[in-house]
Amino acid sequence: MNRDLHDTNSSAILTALSETRRGSGSVALGMVLTLVIDATESEHYDALKAANAAAREHPCRIVCVIRRPGKSAPRLDAEIRVGGDNMLGEVLILRLYGLLREQADSIVLPMLLPDAPVLVWWPGDGPAVPSLDPLGLLAQRRVTDAASSTKPTESLRARALDHSPGDTDFAWTRITPWRTLLAAALDQPFDEITGGEVDAARNNASAELLAAWLEDRLDIEVTRRTTRGPGITGVRLLTKRGEINITRPDGRLASLVRTGQPDRAVPLPRRATDELLAEELRRLDPDDVYNETIKRLFGTSPEPGRRPDTQAQQLTRRPAPARKSAAQRASDVADTPSRGKKVPALKQAAKQAAKQAPAAKATTKKAAPKRPLPRAKTAAEKAALAKKAPARRAPAKKVAPAKKVARSRA
Amino acid sequence: MSPVGREAVNPLRDPRDRRLPRVAGPCGIVLFGVTGDLARKKLMPAIYDLANRGLLPPGFALVGFARRNWADEDFAQVVHDAVKQYARTPFREEVWTQLSEGFRFVPGDFDDNDAFDALAQTINDLDRVRGTGGNHAFYLSIPPALFPVVVSQLKRSGLSAKNGDQWRRVVVEKPFGHDLQSARALSDTLSDVFPADSVFRIDHYLGKETVQNILALRFANTMFEPIWNRSYVDHVQITMAEDIGIGGRAGYYDGIGAARDVIQNHLLQLLALIAMEEPVSFEAQSLRLEKTKVLSAVRIPDDLAAYTARGQYAGGWQGGQKVLGYLDEDGIPKSSKTETFAAIKLEVDTRRWAGVPFYLRAGKRLGRRVTEVALEFQRAPHLPFAATATEELGQNALVIRIQPDEGVTMRFGSKVPGTAMEVRDVNMDFAYGESFTESSPEAYERLILDVLLGDPPLFPRHEEVELSWEILDPIEDFWEKLGQPEQYRAGGWGPDSSNTMLARDGRVWRRP
Repeated sequence: MNRDLHDTNSSAILTALSETRRGSGSVALGMVLTLVIDATESEHYDALKAANAAAREHPCRIVCVIRRPGKSAPRLDAEIRVGGDNMLGEVLILRLYGLLREQADSIVLPMLLPDAPVLVWWPGDGPAVPSLDPLGLLAQRRVTDAASSTKPTESLRARALDHSPGDTDFAWTRITPWRTLLAAALDQPFDEITGGEVDAARNNASAELLAAWLEDRLDIEVTRRTTRGPGITGVRLLTKRGEINITRPDGRLASLVRTGQPDRAVPLPRRATDELLAEELRRLDPDDVYNETIKRLFGTSPEPGRRPDTQAQQLTRRPAPARKSAAQRASDVADTPSRGKKVPALKQAAKQAAKQAPAAKATTKKAAPKRPLPRAKTAAEKAALAKKAPARRAPAKKVAPAKKVARSRA
Repeated sequence: MSPVGREAVNPLRDPRDRRLPRVAGPCGIVLFGVTGDLARKKLMPAIYDLANRGLLPPGFALVGFARRNWADEDFAQVVHDAVKQYARTPFREEVWTQLSEGFRFVPGDFDDNDAFDALAQTINDLDRVRGTGGNHAFYLSIPPALFPVVVSQLKRSGLSAKNGDQWRRVVVEKPFGHDLQSARALSDTLSDVFPADSVFRIDHYLGKETVQNILALRFANTMFEPIWNRSYVDHVQITMAEDIGIGGRAGYYDGIGAARDVIQNHLLQLLALIAMEEPVSFEAQSLRLEKTKVLSAVRIPDDLAAYTARGQYAGGWQGGQKVLGYLDEDGIPKSSKTETFAAIKLEVDTRRWAGVPFYLRAGKRLGRRVTEVALEFQRAPHLPFAATATEELGQNALVIRIQPDEGVTMRFGSKVPGTAMEVRDVNMDFAYGESFTESSPEAYERLILDVLLGDPPLFPRHEEVELSWEILDPIEDFWEKLGQPEQYRAGGWGPDSSNTMLARDGRVWRRP
């Protein structure tokens, strides 16, 4: 049963929701979480489709926030969907016009289910620092998708710098089947592992995470090779007396080759969005292993006292480069003039800046063909970033004190 | 460095990394009784579903053994049809192709030495070609009478022997014997060839998921445990009702009856889970310890005539359908004394439960299909209302629904809106299916995966099975001396004697 409300407010929406629910005869009291989707008009259809599919496993209230572009008077339109085919839980689609675009959190807050966890998902670009985003602040879990940006690895890195427990990225979720297969391979007796290799299409954030995870867990160096894809095409672990080699050239069927054992085929299809989302909904607490992996990947300091020897090795192996990455530059350029401006303008600027820096991009690629190098962050840079971050979607003033809250929760 | 042993820690595993499911290591299943209903409707689809969820090892092998003149392809076709029709997850060609490469079929009789030698040869080939690593589970989906011959064949052909790190496991389905003596004989047969921790007794009615749900409800919460005792609980009712008759199972059912078929295993297991103390951990060992403890404290009533009841369904109309009575079913002798309904009263002699009766009932052709455990609480010691206000108030109840629609119901009194003070019973419902739809895997998937992972915690071991027979055997002996059971109306809730049994204690059965 669908219902449209125009120029409305939160409490009117809630009243309409319970009326609609009663009217359609569905009492969806079993809902266990609220899923907030922050999407654009063009993203929202696919996002809702995936969310509805995932909701079959986790009945939830889906609140989809769409910020409408253009100059218009502040207005809130809502669409309520309850019941119907294949639908468990309920869907609220909120369209925010004008100044209300900046007030998404105050509109969403009353829509959250009482005492149930909240997960925010940005199917598109998403904020630079999810945990400081006004909607992100409402949630225990924040899910981004690096692959939706033009520079997945850089966007993953940008978020890793201000990572907060409870943040995850689909780039990580995508490699669960790979990690499962690798972990299962090492459930069997194995020789000492001396090295590894991850093959993937260019600019694949998942491949970087997979390599970093292997490095972190196995204490080896993992080289990256660029292939034509799709996605990750192979992982190889070199052992003292042979290798464990998984290749997946077609994105569907992989073959597992292990020295001393017969070759085996194993289905390893690339995962659809609803599967990814369902996996994220399955865990509502911070993912510690992910936290460690991105620390490893981007060289942000590991927890004190944790494997000091590894850390030392890592530092000698990969000295920090002096050069700023392309994305860093782009965002530097983008941020200076646009602080405090509205979102679309900011995004525009960032895009343009990114285009204007092809030279930097090329050099970075040459200097670091395999992977973005970790770099030590200076205190000044960190401070600058912290200031910059909230400017993306809300005035810095408003969010700054909340950051402390978010951090202390960690 | 020498190869790391199986016990060594896998560096890629981390208890905090709960995204990674446990995947079975290299292994295969040998299925006896491939033509049976269970194999086609449950086992084969479950194996495919596991493969589809990526939980089976690459190179998994499935060997069928039966008296059929089939080639590997014919067997694959049978599995294919079963999977297409009954699998829970969508059919994916690449999964199927990979899985079906590991299918083999060995034709033969259970007493045919050559056939078992061929089976041994097939398994060796699989170890070589598919890399199953010498790890095999033998699933005996066959009548228990055939166990001894198959098990001894496994021993003779060397199939039960393992080298070093390898494992060989055997899976048997209920019934685990028909009395204490036969249960011991069965367990001796198996333990002759397989060590106790390699024998998996499967009871799919009481899947691991259900058991864990009960454990979570009782021991992960604070609000239930304080009232989970004789100070608050008046009595407990455990019901397993089926709306169907015996169908085509006349050969199996006659002479067995409802008590042996259902009470001995399912209901007594449920009783154990409800009545046991908190285990010190959820390790197999501690859980078994608590269940064994409480089962050994179960006492049957002194007056068996008064506190047991049995019945046979009569012919008539059930839910708009004409149905046959038990004695008119195909293959049932007119003189049959087998009960299709059984109810018994048990006491648990522990400090927690002293004086709290547990009423168990099970039957066929009852009102509807339902399995549930109901804790009926005592009435409030004092009601500060006028007597008329609480006339419609019953006892508070906590009902654990096992199937269908697994969940929990609480019944308590609530004021009826209006100016008059009037309190009436209302229900509050929780359904696993509403809060966690589809996440619950089919019971057989979990069972098979546990066997392949060697993870036996919740399967009953022979100690529990034998304890259950010790409870039931005296009752069966008593019934043996009686005449034919009382007839009851199909589609009702059992014979009058069952209601009288509770009326003696001033109680009534819930209508589930």
